[in-house]
This record gives sequence, structure tokens and C-alpha cells, in this order.
Amino acid sequence: MPEAPRLIRIVDGAARVVEDRWQVIDDAAALEAARAAASSAPDAPHAPDGGLLLPLGLALAQGEQLRALGRVGVWLAPADDPALAVPLFGAIALIGVQFPKFTDGRGYSSAVLLRTRLGWRGELRALGDVLQDQLFALRRVGFDSFALRADRDPVAALAAFGTFSGVYQGSVEPALPPYASPASPATPNSPARAAGTR
Amino acid sequence: MYRYTEFDQRMVDERVAQFRDQVARWKSGSLSDDELRPLRLQNGLYIQRHAPMLRVAIPYGLLSSAQLRALAHIARTWDRGYGHFSTRQNIQFNWIQIEQAPDVLAALAAVQMHAIQTSGNCVRNITSDPYAGVAPDEAVDPRPYCELMRQWSTFHPEFSFLPRKFKIAFSASAREDRAATAMHDLGFYLRREADGQVVADVLAGGGMGRTPLVGAMVRHGLPWRHLATYTEALLRVYNRYGRRDNMYKARIKILVRALGAAAFAQEVEAEFAHLVDGPGTFTEAELARVAAGFAPPPYAPAADAQADASPDAAAPALRQALAAHPGFARWHGRSVRAHRVAGYAAVTLSLKRSGVAPGDVDAGTLDALAELAERYSFGELRVTHEQNVVLADVAQHELFALWTRARDLGLATANIGLLTDMICCPGGDFCSLANAKSLPIAQAIHDRFDDLDYLHDLGELSLNISGCINSCGHHHVGNIGILGVDKQGAEFYQVTLGGTVGPDAARTAIGGVIGRAFAAAEIPGVVATILDQYVALREDGERFIDTYARVGMAPFKAAVYPAHDPAVELQNA
Repeated sequence: MPEAPRLIRIVDGAARVVEDRWQVIDDAAALEAARAAASSAPDAPHAPDGGLLLPLGLALAQGEQLRALGRVGVWLAPADDPALAVPLFGAIALIGVQFPKFTDGRGYSSAVLLRTRLGWRGELRALGDVLQDQLFALRRVGFDSFALRADRDPVAALAAFGTFSGVYQGSVEPALPPYASPASPATPNSPARAAGTR
Repeated sequence: MYRYTEFDQRMVDERVAQFRDQVARWKSGSLSDDELRPLRLQNGLYIQRHAPMLRVAIPYGLLSSAQLRALAHIARTWDRGYGHFSTRQNIQFNWIQIEQAPDVLAALAAVQMHAIQTSGNCVRNITSDPYAGVAPDEAVDPRPYCELMRQWSTFHPEFSFLPRKFKIAFSASAREDRAATAMHDLGFYLRREADGQVVADVLAGGGMGRTPLVGAMVRHGLPWRHLATYTEALLRVYNRYGRRDNMYKARIKILVRALGAAAFAQEVEAEFAHLVDGPGTFTEAELARVAAGFAPPPYAPAADAQADASPDAAAPALRQALAAHPGFARWHGRSVRAHRVAGYAAVTLSLKRSGVAPGDVDAGTLDALAELAERYSFGELRVTHEQNVVLADVAQHELFALWTRARDLGLATANIGLLTDMICCPGGDFCSLANAKSLPIAQAIHDRFDDLDYLHDLGELSLNISGCINSCGHHHVGNIGILGVDKQGAEFYQVTLGGTVGPDAARTAIGGVIGRAFAAAEIPGVVATILDQYVALREDGERFIDTYARVGMAPFKAAVYPAHDPAVELQNA
């Protein structure tokens, strides 16, 4: 059996490399293929922490049928309005945000909106052209899992989460800017408040 | 000036370590050129014609003597002995090797400087009035607000990959915008309400480049506490909806224009409604902490001088020197500005002299400036967007001694605000983006108009030169603008007239193109013709820009392209 793809996940505040059981579905045809494969092998070992990750539009189009697909999530393209995913929150276990190129920064705002405005508390995963040097910022805007680009070593990339021992502004993680922190208004960011330890 | 806290120091040190690791991974092949590019850009490193260029931030233009000496050291150690002050309060080194860049950044960090976000599609160095804190006409010292926003924008996780670069400027004078605020992606005009509260009138969507636009007012009277949260809202709208399909249409000005300023402002307000009074709101305590860094220096009480820098108001000794030394008097008339504290003056030293590229400073000059700042201005100096330097706190009784010393150093040319005080980008000699050289044009104009009497007679006039449409030389807002263009592989120059940075957006104008472009050799003659026409047309005391506003383009066009020229005009169209 081939080795399962790996991803980085924040577990209890620490970044770890774990196996990735989720299957990213690109379109309706891929969804059909996945269904067919599942029905032809009904006894295949079920991955309790995996599922099907559908494009937002395709997930919305499933309507009531979505739950019949088992454990599902949705992924957002850069131009997708994350507010459209809100009606699905009760039915999904994961939201992915796609970065077609790491220089396309729209997904950072999508993450901030999901976390601070729309109320998504579940797993939020960065997908696509996800690289070591963006991990620190991705973590800060609320991502808690990172499917590093397949040609990169996630273990080596873990160092990125310790790049900076503090932050200049609030975002999602941490939410408060140094000057709003009651602990030390004059000396921002005691090490205890450093990103990655909350 | 603002001194780094232990936290600030840690942040720049960690940034150096981060970049050192990135360069090492790039050298070992585990980071590709394309992957390194945005990372090095956000550390100020461009790949240029000769070598990577390192652009170092000088936040709101402020430098200490120790920092000037560190810049001199960098110029000597890692460059070819000089640097170049840009039009956005940065200093650029043209010959830095990328492998050595981490060491240069470490040398900067040691004196509380950095090159963070001086390039790339992120929030750039924040610029302001070089006379901040000392100008009699300012409503409030803008620097603490600039520093609050510098910190807020540093490594902002959501806005590190914007559609395009994003430049912010602050001005706090209702009389004069000395930071070209209206020509920025985001501009804040600070002022005081009747009750004393500091608020900002906010302009968005200004910029130079191939679509020059004056910023549009998007918010009137924003209380200062909301500067970061409002900017967060505005940047989120831009980050989500700004165009990314075409880099020439990706600046926020294109979005503002596409939506219309009113609709854009509504989008921002809708987003801001979620953030207003939230945790990102600046606190009085934080403002006070930062503002402490900009407390006035220990001025000596002045017995008989006035806050006015005019010769009439000066102390007897100064009046005597002005009467005895016409060269000093002429320099005083151009370089010395009024100060809000009696007995003091702000002095602009000209970096525009024949044989030196505008804004260029060699290491010896940087050291000399450090010494001048120490001796005459409490150890601080400011760089201006016109590429000169300012000693902001000079005692009036020391002006003559300062002039003598500055003259020996070649820094006392009495041309501030005059024709030869040109703004000029490095152009095709250094920059890989340029269509044409700009420095030889500046030199040719210097050579042709070297008569100070004539320059003083012409009076206030800005001549700005850009080597390409990216407009680093701010040609769009020069009273006379010169733009390098490429015509079938040959370097030509387009001339614009009437550009100006006024005290507000309504009185800021983009210059109009006069007609067909010229060969380099024609430019000094064309400028001479334009100036002759101005002298012929001007009425009492009128500046060039006033005459232009009154008579328009036509008389200048007629003078530059006489009637027998249409064949040539057609041929070159």
C-alpha cells in the first residue's frame, strides 16, 4: 500500500506532521469516480479522520444529498465568497482554501473572514501551492492544517512556525495586537504570548 | 526619534535570521528562483542591471547620525562607496551581492534599521513630511501615527500578498503637502477638529505609473484611533477584489476607479463596520508610548529671535552675516525654513549639483552628514521625497557656520525648489525596468542652466525626470515632467507640463503631454524654449505653475513646435 500523503496539523497548539486521509475532489466527474470506487469496495477500511473535500459550488449543488456522501468538506477557490459556505457548516468537517499560486493572497482574507466573521470553528486547511515560507502567516490568519505542496518535506517545514517570537498586530492567531494585551501594554508580546503557544 | 524596544529589536533580528535561512535554502537548490523572488523583494532586494539592488527603509525619512554612519559603512563594505536616496524616503545600494545581503541586513538591524517591505506586493515604507514636528503650519506631528502604522503593517499576515504594491503617506499641513500624499495608494491628511481631536481625511487610489491618478477622498474626519482598523478594512476590500490578472491594472487606483470612489468607499465602510472599536483600535497609551520617541529635543531658549526664519526677524549677528555674504544670503533664501521654535530654523541641504546624480551620496558625504547632524541638529536628519536632506533643528546663530561647512562639502547649492533641484530616478544606467537613461538628461539640464541668477529669477519650479512609466522620478507631478520612452529601440523623452502637488487633492494635478517626444540632445533646448515662453508670459511674481494655470498648454506648445514643424511631428507620431 502506498504511503499516505502527509500534512501539517496544529494539535494542542503544536505543529505536527500527520497522515492525510482526505480526498480532494476537483469536479462532478471526480465525485462520480470517487462514489463508484466506494461502492465497488464497500468493505474497504474506513478512514474515520478522512472524507471527500468538494469544491464549494459542487457541495452547494448537492443540497440534501450532501450528507449521503459521508464525511465531507468543501474547498474554496480564491474568488469564492466564504459566506456562501455558512449554510453548509452543520454538514461539513473541513474547509479548505485553495492557493493556486502562493503569491495569490486572497485566501488569507478568506481565512480571516471564516474565523472572525462567519464562525467557522472546525479545521481550516491551506491547499495548493503551500510552502514553508508562508506557513507562519497562514497560521496567523487561522489555518490549522497545511497540505504542503507534494514535492516538499513537511518535517523540514515545521521550523517555519517558530520564525517570529511575537507579532505586531492582531489577526486570528493571536487575535489581540500587542497594545491591546492587558499583560504588557508597553512591551509588546511577552514570549508566553508568542504565536504558536496559545 | 523612535527607539526600538527589546521586542522591536527581536523582530528585526528574527527577520534577518529568516532571510539568511531563505538565501541558504535558495543556494542549496531547495528554494527556486520564483519562490525566493517575493521573499527577497519583501527584504528590499531587486535584481537590477548590475547586481541586486538593496532598498533600505527610512521610515518617514528620519535618520540618526549613528544610522548615517552605518549606511556609510555599508556603502564602503558591501557596495561601491555610495548610495542613492529615492523619492520615497528609502536609500538604495546598487551593488549588493545577494549572498551578502543577510550580513547587510544584520548591519542595518544593529542600528535599528531594516529593508522590510521596501518592495513586493505589500504595504511599503510609510512616508511623511520631512519637516514633521518643526513646521509652523502643521496641525499635529504626523510621525507617531506613521510609526503606529509602520508597526501595524510590519509582517501583516493577511496583506503580504496583495494584488500589487501599496504605498501610504501622511501629511499634517493644510497649507502644503510635502509628502505628495494625494499621489499614494492611501493618503492620510491629519488635522485637528475644533475640540482638538486628531482626525484624518483619507484619500485612496492615487498613484503615478502608467495610469496616473490623484487620490479620491473616501473618508472625512476619521478619528486617529481607527487608522489601523480602517486601513485593515480598506486593504481587505483591495486584497479580495483588486485585479490580479494584469499587473498593470492591479493597483488599488484601478479598483477605486472601476467601482467609483463613492461605491468603493461604501465597500470599505461596510467592512469597517465590523472592525470599528474592535481590538485593533489604537489606544491612548500606545500612542503615548510611541509619541515619546518624538519628543522635542532640548532646545535652547532664544533671547531675541523670532520663530520666523526671514532675515528681518533674525538676530543681529545673523543679519550681519546675511548682509556681508551674498552667497550665504542666497542660500538662506532657498534652504532655510521657518521653525515652530523661536531661534531655530529647518535647513535643507541640496544633493543636486553638477556631476552628481540627484539623490546620490557617497560614503564620505554620509559620514559628513552624520557629523553635521550631530553638530547642528541634535544628531538627527531627514531625507525628503525631493531627494535632499534636512537638518530640522538648527539654531539660527549657527546658520552661518553650517553654511560654511556645507559649502565646503558641496551641499550648499542655493537651488532648493528651483529648476535644478530635479527629482530623478536612477534610470537606464542602473534600473532594469527603465526605457531610457535619466541621469544624463539631469546632467545636461544642470550644464545648460548653471547660472544661479537665472535660476533665482525663474523662481519656484519643479522639473522631474523618470526613465520609464513606473514614474519613480515623479514626472507626472513635475511642473515640467520628462519621461523616458522607447521608440523602436531608441531612447526618446516625452515632456509634460502643469503637474503639481498642491495642498490637497483638488489642487494636485497630473501634467499634460505637450506633444511628440524628443531625442535626448533636444531636451535642454526644449526646456529653454519652455522657460523663455514662461518668462515672456509671466505676470508680476507669478510662479511657472501659476502662469501655466492661467495660459494653459497652447502657448508653450506653439513655442516648442513652431509652425514649420508639422512634417517632423507627423513623422515621429
